[in-house]
Amino acid sequence: MPETILFYLFAGMAIVASALVIGQRNPMYSIMLLITSFGALSALYILLDAPFVAMAQIIVYAGAIMVLFLFVVMLLNAPQEDAAEWDRTHPLRRPGTARFGAMLAGLLIVQLIWALVRVNESSTAVGAAGDVAAISSVRSVGRVLFTDYMFAFEATSILILVAMVGAVLLAARETGQQ
Amino acid sequence: MIPLGHYLVVSAVLFSIGTAGVFLRRNLITILLSIEIMLNAVNLSFVAFGRAQGNVDGQIITFFVMTVAAAEAAVGLAIVIGLFRHRESLNPDAFTLLKW
Repeated sequence: MPETILFYLFAGMAIVASALVIGQRNPMYSIMLLITSFGALSALYILLDAPFVAMAQIIVYAGAIMVLFLFVVMLLNAPQEDAAEWDRTHPLRRPGTARFGAMLAGLLIVQLIWALVRVNESSTAVGAAGDVAAISSVRSVGRVLFTDYMFAFEATSILILVAMVGAVLLAARETGQQ
Repeated sequence: MIPLGHYLVVSAVLFSIGTAGVFLRRNLITILLSIEIMLNAVNLSFVAFGRAQGNVDGQIITFFVMTVAAAEAAVGLAIVIGLFRHRESLNPDAFTLLKW
């Protein structure tokens, strides 16, 4: 059962690293732990016979998006969370409201588990259906992407262009400002 | 073989962690990172469902989610830089005015 062992290893790694992302005070450590979590997730994608998604996860997420985050953290001089003063004065930090928020979070988890229990196929093995060679090949992914999802793919390019223009416009210094 | 439900549970746990991060943290960058965790949790369930159905559509949706995540990170971080320039803070509670 090497596959089962690998699944639990990488699933545990992804969950622990993500939980630690939330727990860090320094955003730099958070980003490094999130890259660890993305590496574990890409291993899970390989277990799911999706090597294209696994590589895209490493290249796009860990390679591009996280480096963007790292640059911004370094650019902004990595400010620590100035929590102490806000925490004491902020109305959301009063015990009553905090307890209410914790209750809502617990409710979300209960609701998700209840929904998952009711999924009929949840106990069937995930790799049972379909032809593994056809599902895992980049050729078949590309064929479906450029035929059935052609319009969505082209719309994606417009989205990236708009995001790029917006980012440049938002981050540019106004003229006359130092 | 691993049941589909196991992947869905991992996805649900990751999504809950991301939600908790958005609500608990008082740092704009960590909040954006939590949103990335939530997007990844959804990606995992898409790929797992696609594998269980035996087609590649789940992987393709994941590709689009990644594109949206890249656009969201670029614009979100540009906004964070703009906010930091005005207030010298990353605490979302410092940005309570619509105009300054």
